Amino acid sequence: MSQTPTTKRAPAATDADETAVRKAIASTTRPPRPNALSTALTFGWRGMLKIKHVPEQLLDVTITPVMFVLMFTYLFGGAVAGSTGAYLDYILPGILVMSVLFVTVYSGVALNTDLTKGVVDRFRSLPIWRSAPLVGSILGDSVRYVLAGTVIIVVGVILGYRPEAGVPGAVLALGLVVVFAFGLSWVFTTLGLLLRSPNAVMNAGFMGIFPVTFLSNVFVEPNTLPPILEGFVNVNPVSTLATASRGLMEGNADAGDIVTVLAVAAALTLVFAPLTTRLYQRG
Amino acid sequence: MTTNSALAIEATGLVKAFGDTLAVDGIDLAVRRGSVYGMLGPNGAGKTTTIRMLATLIRPDAGTALVFGHDIVKASDEVRAAVSLTGQLASVDEDLTGRENLILIGRLLGLKRQAAKARATELLEAFGLSEAESKLVKNYSGGMRRRLDIAASIVVTPELMFLDEPTTGLDPRSRNQVWGIIRALVAGGTTILLCTQYLEEADQLADGIAVIDHGRVIAEGTPTQLKASVGSGALRVRLLDPEQRPLAEQVLDRELGDIILEPDPAALSASCSDADRAAGAVAELARSGVRIANFSLSQPSLDEVFLALTGHPAEEVPSEEPDPTEEEQPA
Repeated sequence: MSQTPTTKRAPAATDADETAVRKAIASTTRPPRPNALSTALTFGWRGMLKIKHVPEQLLDVTITPVMFVLMFTYLFGGAVAGSTGAYLDYILPGILVMSVLFVTVYSGVALNTDLTKGVVDRFRSLPIWRSAPLVGSILGDSVRYVLAGTVIIVVGVILGYRPEAGVPGAVLALGLVVVFAFGLSWVFTTLGLLLRSPNAVMNAGFMGIFPVTFLSNVFVEPNTLPPILEGFVNVNPVSTLATASRGLMEGNADAGDIVTVLAVAAALTLVFAPLTTRLYQRG
Repeated sequence: MTTNSALAIEATGLVKAFGDTLAVDGIDLAVRRGSVYGMLGPNGAGKTTTIRMLATLIRPDAGTALVFGHDIVKASDEVRAAVSLTGQLASVDEDLTGRENLILIGRLLGLKRQAAKARATELLEAFGLSEAESKLVKNYSGGMRRRLDIAASIVVTPELMFLDEPTTGLDPRSRNQVWGIIRALVAGGTTILLCTQYLEEADQLADGIAVIDHGRVIAEGTPTQLKASVGSGALRVRLLDPEQRPLAEQVLDRELGDIILEPDPAALSASCSDADRAAGAVAELARSGVRIANFSLSQPSLDEVFLALTGHPAEEVPSEEPDPTEEEQPA
């Protein structure tokens, strides 16, 4: 009869429990593929989690807009409109537009930063709707747009701004601005995929967004401008957006303006969303 | 191209260039289902680029590849549904917690909210990450990050998994853990394509190995065949008494040959790649009265493999493709 050896088995140096790993590997079946919308919303949730972990990143959508309202109202109010109160009525919807559009640049910067991380490779190798990571992150960013816009309106009200159309008017104006911002974001995500560093995206983004917002009717009535500039300001969609927002807040919005704004947002999305997706997938 | 159902990967003449650099220069691969296939080579040999093509992240400039019979270009969606990728940069989101990462992947793969949470819990426990589950991944150690990365790859167990240098930069303990996990995956039936710079790693895990150099397969075979073709492992002996080194030298020269006297006056090594012969030589030393402090049989290093196969040591090619981690700041 052979003797039973008294060999001890060496303990596997592991925090990972191999039996449990084997069980975990054996215990899944592939669920049906989720639909495009739910995948995009999952990416939106990812954006929310990031805000939850680093709430400081909301400073640029809260503090900056407050500064804009205070600075422009008190700096230019007397000179441009005779009094700060009168100017506030004119400029607040405009600052709402400007601040929210500024935030769209950060969508491009954030995407560019994301690309430097290994996790993008995982997203790109998943069997999901190709645009989902992008649509999801812009949906997540829309929360930032809403937040920036709300801050502006609240500060305006504190300073004495009273929209004729009340809360519904303000909500509609904010909604319109956010929809336009959603469309414009795609321009900056495209830029975010074309340029090499987050800084470059930021610089190029603001180089574009500054003239487009300032050369509009956000700050002054276009009829005070030289003819060539006035021509540009009148065709600038940002002017139309500012006019439509004022109209919604005052309860006398022109339906044509609103349709124009929505059409421009749709056009930007139709052109730049597929472009962004292609660039993203190409890696 | 005919589909061979026994193969998980069937690649023919894959080519990929980045600018003037030919990163992959005509690679053929045939990887059996259920096996572990190792791609061995130095940095910049084209291993990562090959994996990225097979995982549908980049398109080949020429050549074709089938993953479970699906063309990586024409049927990339089907390929993505069967594979998982564990990248060289850990493919997890550093700004989320470990738990959130696993739930995120679960949801994206179609698990319902509760199922995704339950799966995350199960994986965190199995991979020894329960305690760290609510820490942000950027605060994880290298070993923890790797384990999370692999866990994220098996939220839904893939049929084929790409592992790109899974143990580079890990301490020996973490490395052994990762090896254990890989063995468990193989036991579960997953096919694995493993990139590595370590012959030992390929030897431990792989059934077949392709040695890659400058974007080409320069040798292919089982680990045993490969080691045999290289031949030059070494038996290293350290003596209790340096005075006995001449005697030990005599014995080992007779038994094995190719003696190297090491800088350490009590140590010497002899060429040997066969464990039986090494055991015989050690026994012979003991019989001759040489007292041994310790001995080891080491495998040829990647450098030695390359030297044997190409006549030049493994060269690091600085970058095989634009590295996404390094940003070029505009001047």
